[in-house]
Amino acid sequence: MKFVHHLAVSGLALTLAAGAAGAQTLVYCSEGSPEGFDPALYTSGTTFDASSHTVYNQLAEFETGTTNVVPGLAESWEVSEDGTSFTFTLRPDVQFHSNDMFTPTRPMNADDVIFSFERQMDEENPYFSYAGSWEYFNSMSMPDLIESIEKVDDMTVRFNLTRPEAPFIANLAMDFASIMSKEYADAMEEAGTPEMLNQQPIGTGPFAFQDYQTDAVIRYTANEEYWEEDTPKVDNLVFAITPDASVRYQRLQAGECHVMPYPNPADIQAMMDSDDVEMLQQEGLNVGYLAYNTQMEPFDNPQVRKALNMAIDKDAIIEVIFQGYGEAAKNPIPPTMWSYNDAVEDDAYDPEAARQMLEEAGVEDLSMKVWAMPVQRPYNPNARRMAELIQEDFSEIGVDVEIVSYEWGEYLERSSAEDRDGAVLLGWTGDNGDPDNFLAVLLGCDGVGGANRAQWCHEPFEEIIQEAKTLPTQEERAELYEEAQVIFKEQAPWATIAHSVVFMPVRPEVEGYVVHPLGGHLFDDVSLASE
Amino acid sequence: MIKYLLSRLATFVPTFLGVCIISFGFIRVLPGDPIIVMAGERGMTQERYETLSRQFGFDRPLPVQFWEYFTGVLQGDLGRSFVTNRPVWDEFFSLFPATLELALCAIIFAIALGLPAGIIAAVYRGKFFDRALMSTALVGYSMPIFWWALLLIIVFSGNLGWTPVSGRMGLMYFFDDVTGFMLIDSLLSGQSGAFKSAVQHLILPSIVLGTIPLAVIARQTRSAMLEVLSEDYIRTARAKGLSPGRVNGLHALRNAMIPVITVIGLSVGTLLAGAILTETIFSWPGIGKWMVDSIFRRDYPVVQGGLLMIAVIVMIVNLIVDVLYGLINPKIRKR
Repeated sequence: MKFVHHLAVSGLALTLAAGAAGAQTLVYCSEGSPEGFDPALYTSGTTFDASSHTVYNQLAEFETGTTNVVPGLAESWEVSEDGTSFTFTLRPDVQFHSNDMFTPTRPMNADDVIFSFERQMDEENPYFSYAGSWEYFNSMSMPDLIESIEKVDDMTVRFNLTRPEAPFIANLAMDFASIMSKEYADAMEEAGTPEMLNQQPIGTGPFAFQDYQTDAVIRYTANEEYWEEDTPKVDNLVFAITPDASVRYQRLQAGECHVMPYPNPADIQAMMDSDDVEMLQQEGLNVGYLAYNTQMEPFDNPQVRKALNMAIDKDAIIEVIFQGYGEAAKNPIPPTMWSYNDAVEDDAYDPEAARQMLEEAGVEDLSMKVWAMPVQRPYNPNARRMAELIQEDFSEIGVDVEIVSYEWGEYLERSSAEDRDGAVLLGWTGDNGDPDNFLAVLLGCDGVGGANRAQWCHEPFEEIIQEAKTLPTQEERAELYEEAQVIFKEQAPWATIAHSVVFMPVRPEVEGYVVHPLGGHLFDDVSLASE
Repeated sequence: MIKYLLSRLATFVPTFLGVCIISFGFIRVLPGDPIIVMAGERGMTQERYETLSRQFGFDRPLPVQFWEYFTGVLQGDLGRSFVTNRPVWDEFFSLFPATLELALCAIIFAIALGLPAGIIAAVYRGKFFDRALMSTALVGYSMPIFWWALLLIIVFSGNLGWTPVSGRMGLMYFFDDVTGFMLIDSLLSGQSGAFKSAVQHLILPSIVLGTIPLAVIARQTRSAMLEVLSEDYIRTARAKGLSPGRVNGLHALRNAMIPVITVIGLSVGTLLAGAILTETIFSWPGIGKWMVDSIFRRDYPVVQGGLLMIAVIVMIVNLIVDVLYGLINPKIRKR
């Protein structure tokens, strides 16, 4: 038995903040257990919080609180003129953490970067199938995109792509692109315990992994050699896994934790009124929508789709489904994303005009299906109820709605089919803050029969989003995406419904916590005010 | 007795085979393809789908998959989790002590209060005490666990601050698992206050989890006692002039114990299967929550392996109950 660590504090409650030795421990009541600690193997935010956001860094990173991409483990990068080659200059003297089994002998270098990606794309790599599949890497089409990765010198790495792809930098800031230690991986392979990479992670991030008691507690200590100065601000970070939202709130009130995610909507008002809680909030990087099947009559007529959009009372939906804490959506991308076109005007709620438009389009006695998802999502907390509200709205303009639903896997599969009957409620949460991640994935021609639930392939729109991928600067790309949003609104393949608002209750002594639009929970810059 | 034991053991084999088939089949009859659920809103290409399908072994016929699973089970190999890639066996035994510790505390709480309450209610049948006890038991039996747990947390943790809200151990204590039982490990750690913290963390979840068994045991004890108390031999015992304590405690209770032990055995079986609600509310890292997470993630090896382990444990508990019957009632073991 080994005595590892003992924070000299007493009592159950707030004394966690400042111990006798003055060590600060930040406690985060997380909502679930991580699936593992190698972020590239998984796709859930809960796992990323416990791994890529704490233990690891990426070459480029998202500036906390924005979707802007800033240098991470790469100090700078250059893009070739044809847009197919990205050269990264690595940050010097970045140290990996150490643990009982491993102490690094060298700083991070090009070998680590190459290893981190090669293991996900090269079947010969010993880590290719060590624990699972590389879902995010594959779903972001990285195997088709990356032609090769070369080591220019110890501190320079070049990615050669098969085609120009401006969002590539944002992709490299994603969780699956976390930089692992090749030295550690080699050591574990030699020891015959490659799974340690997923169980006892070693990274360069602000917090070093210390211990995980399954389903209960994850402990981290501050990385004292962290490359960013004065970061992190606390000495210890603890994730107290607390699956029930009401219990998280009780723990926050009792001072058993300082920060909690995902409050119960019903508790939000009480939290706002409470002296023990400071409520932070931000619009989520998501959109909930109703996708028509634009290949089927009469929804192949934009006039009909627009008419139906005008019949939906979004304010009522925000009030009932989001309990007022949401924002009516007019564009397919959320307002926190760069290139959001605020000049676009939403179709006004006007059942009378909608009925007339349907008549003009020659549509009479329309009956249709509306699909309601069986699961809760931030962009749609209650799809069944939302479908009922839409059913009511449509009945006012003489459209008869039948609500259908399937088990989630079944729902995802059937709703993708090109000959699907009816309009589907679904949504999307952004992966990398790039508009391409919404517009191309959800509305591009490649997505028809897949993630493009409107089965919408519209030439003028497609040309613009394809061109935007090839342009080097954000300004040039933004211009095109703004134009794309205008076309989207005219063509109305979806009824855009809502963007949710993300709430983060924190204790009043928590300083410097910023709600991250990409949904992750980051503690690098968080400190605790001493009492 | 040995013959009796062997006959009980013999029923183990077909039950075990049945449990293997059911645990394998159960998750596969649920609608929803695990690979499609994994891909989520984004979907995946047919090619990728086929690769994953091969990787997880779903491309082979079901009987082949079952045979592999079954032969693995016979060799003590329950497979590896699709999600964590850790052996199901390891995962189960890292979490089971938490479930066992909580279940034992809950059942001790339920017996300690339920048995005396049932006896007293039977002895004072129809009196105020009986009625009060039995109405309380009915309330306990019908209480929604979720609501009851939150109520206790709000009152005792929130308002009074007597107990921690959730978890197994104060976050300031940190020691390695030796036995997996917090009460023991906290003592072994030598850290002052750790044992007290472990006890404090056990109080509310034990009460919540023990409430329904408590009510059931109290009611069962009462009705069994009443039945026995009306028997002729009790009248004889009383007529002989034995003290009421001796009559109730020795003659009546022992004979009333058979149905009570059955109920306790069934409760223990249920509690060991993991108390999903209690574990979730109290952030208790046990197997109930683990199973539910795995069902949602369609983690086939964990769900089938976990179900099998739980079933085997319930079978063992039932066997112990059977042996206890034999010990209490010689007539049974001679049958």
